[in-house]
Amino acid sequence: MLKRLMSYGDLVSMRKSYDKKHKRDTVKVSICMTGCRALGAEEVYDEFRKQVKKQKLQNKIEVVETGCQGLCARAPVMTIDPPGIFYGRVTTGIVPDIISSTVLKGEVINKLCYAEAGKKIPYIKDIPFYSKQKKIVLRNCGIIDPKNIEQYIARKGYEAFAMALLDVDPNYVINEIKNSGLRGRGGAGFPTGLKWEFCRKAKSDTKYIICNADEGDPGAFMDRAVLEGDPHAVIEGMLIAARAIGSEKGFIYVRAEYPIAVDHLKNAIAQARELNLLGNNILGTRFNFDLEIKMGAGAFVCGEETALIASIEGKRGMPRPRPPFPANSGLWNKPTNINNVETLANIPVILSNGSEWYKQLGTKNGTGTKIFALAGKVKNTGLVEVPMGTTLREIIFDIGGGIPGRREFKAAQMGGPSGGCVPAEHLDLPIDYETVKEVGAIMGSGGLIVMDSDTSMVDISRYFMDFVQDESCGKCVPCRVGTKKMLDILTRITEGNGCRSDIEDLKEMAYVTKTASLCGLGQTAPNPVLSTIRYFMNEYEDLLKTGS
Amino acid sequence: MKEKTIDLRPVKRIVSGYGNDKDSNLIAILQQTQDNYGYLPKQALKEVSRLMDVPLTRIFGIVTFYSQFTLIPRGRHAIKICTGTACHVKGVNEVKQKVKDQLNVVEGETTADYQFTLETVACIGTCFLAPVMMVDDRYFGKLTTDTVTDIVDRYTGDNN
Repeated sequence: MLKRLMSYGDLVSMRKSYDKKHKRDTVKVSICMTGCRALGAEEVYDEFRKQVKKQKLQNKIEVVETGCQGLCARAPVMTIDPPGIFYGRVTTGIVPDIISSTVLKGEVINKLCYAEAGKKIPYIKDIPFYSKQKKIVLRNCGIIDPKNIEQYIARKGYEAFAMALLDVDPNYVINEIKNSGLRGRGGAGFPTGLKWEFCRKAKSDTKYIICNADEGDPGAFMDRAVLEGDPHAVIEGMLIAARAIGSEKGFIYVRAEYPIAVDHLKNAIAQARELNLLGNNILGTRFNFDLEIKMGAGAFVCGEETALIASIEGKRGMPRPRPPFPANSGLWNKPTNINNVETLANIPVILSNGSEWYKQLGTKNGTGTKIFALAGKVKNTGLVEVPMGTTLREIIFDIGGGIPGRREFKAAQMGGPSGGCVPAEHLDLPIDYETVKEVGAIMGSGGLIVMDSDTSMVDISRYFMDFVQDESCGKCVPCRVGTKKMLDILTRITEGNGCRSDIEDLKEMAYVTKTASLCGLGQTAPNPVLSTIRYFMNEYEDLLKTGS
Repeated sequence: MKEKTIDLRPVKRIVSGYGNDKDSNLIAILQQTQDNYGYLPKQALKEVSRLMDVPLTRIFGIVTFYSQFTLIPRGRHAIKICTGTACHVKGVNEVKQKVKDQLNVVEGETTADYQFTLETVACIGTCFLAPVMMVDDRYFGKLTTDTVTDIVDRYTGDNN
């Protein structure tokens, strides 16, 4: 049973006492127990616990289950600290060896190490995948046990919120977020501080905060990792937003397809309530705020804010025209602030380190960092956080280790079904919201799928159109019919039955769908088609030639 | 086809669990109802409608809108093949075809012996394992046309 926190001092003393309790000469073995579960992490974890007990090493080894450690390609992964060794592809059979050689003697087991160009790299600090990243949002992910609030507090968790609640007034918080330049990480890139200000200024007795965790883009798993690996960072972000805006009730709308994330969130909310960080009279003040989880039911369009609101209200998730914007009239027609998971996880860091510090990271148009879910034809698939302005080449080749086999890089798909394919000629482009838009993609939520010379770009374009056509809610004609027409044409072309006029028809249909659709889904649906026509017209032509 | 009579007590329990705040929890109520029966039987939907005083048309509208809901019984094991971008690029289509041939069903269908229901999911967020599928709550990654057959075989006629 945890003690209720009644003041800022209580929070600080909880941190200090945790530090004291855990400052022992133990070796910490951190095992990823989220994404890595798919490749046997649970069995490895159980074996570790068993061996530690059997060999009576409880005073020497601390086994911690963590969230995503990033290098998913090597799953199941673990970190042994000290001395900071990273192991991948761990099996239950080798656990006794790891304990006897690495944990107790500090010796390296070569075959478990990450290798590059034939060279084994045992220490995490030397692995380029890690050394070139900047972990702000993922500061705790893969380090703490996400199911233990004390470990979050031990890393100064909830202290930014305590400051926002006790030391400064809401306008200061909003100004800090505005000044930091933070923009929405869900894809659209709207300035977060401005959004908060609109909602604060809206007059109403009731206001709501929503965390959009409906990560629906195929190829994106950043939010999943944050929710699973550091759920308290999101809750703290929501608390700060609630304090700034003047809200007492929040919702987290999360995909039902993410069972571990839901589980960790539920647990985190329960622990925060127990500690008096959620509920009434938080930290002994008159501030009240509580959270509820709403599970999505499998509709991509619910990532759109007005559709998401309809879904929380218990209706079909269909968007409605804006204005009025949710900041003025959202959930049950009350002012509502909606932020994405990654955006919210940025908030506590900005507040504790200051907006000036945050602005030093990234570019003028895009401050801070961005998490990318690196997947597809790339060696080091996984979760990557880099400062804005990092180039695609650095992400794919330096961090990602390049393309497997002897094939060549062809394109990087950014922004999922709303984005586009960035070709090799733009590999050195510093990534921020505007630069990515200029080359025909969007920053999006952070899905980054690498494609090599084997991938047909026309097929990719058809693939995304198939997806959005399926997910179009059908409310407005341009999206409902436009996506269907474009899909018909693309299918025809990929099957070798296309004709010359198809390209012009596609472009025209794309223009109409983009300009006349009601919501973001339709307005961005043609992007994959337009970007592949722009950069890979030769592939369309080849298919048209083989046809009639 | 005449539906056999089902026990409606779970519906009552689920609906009453939401106290006065029922309306906005309609989706959650339907999710729990489906968890209970494995699908959404017509009688259960009528009972939800009666208990909540919500028109059946609105319930039907929700059930047909969200892909998670199903009006027909499902098999014992749910096979969910991920068709996300990474899986697509890494050749999930061949894997999917193999499973379809093996079970003799198409997407959304259930095998005649009610052992398997085959579904596709737009992305299950484990792109680093591509191509990937889930059988019930277990993930299977880096699939090939060979490994996928073995995995499905393991669940055939088993006692899991």
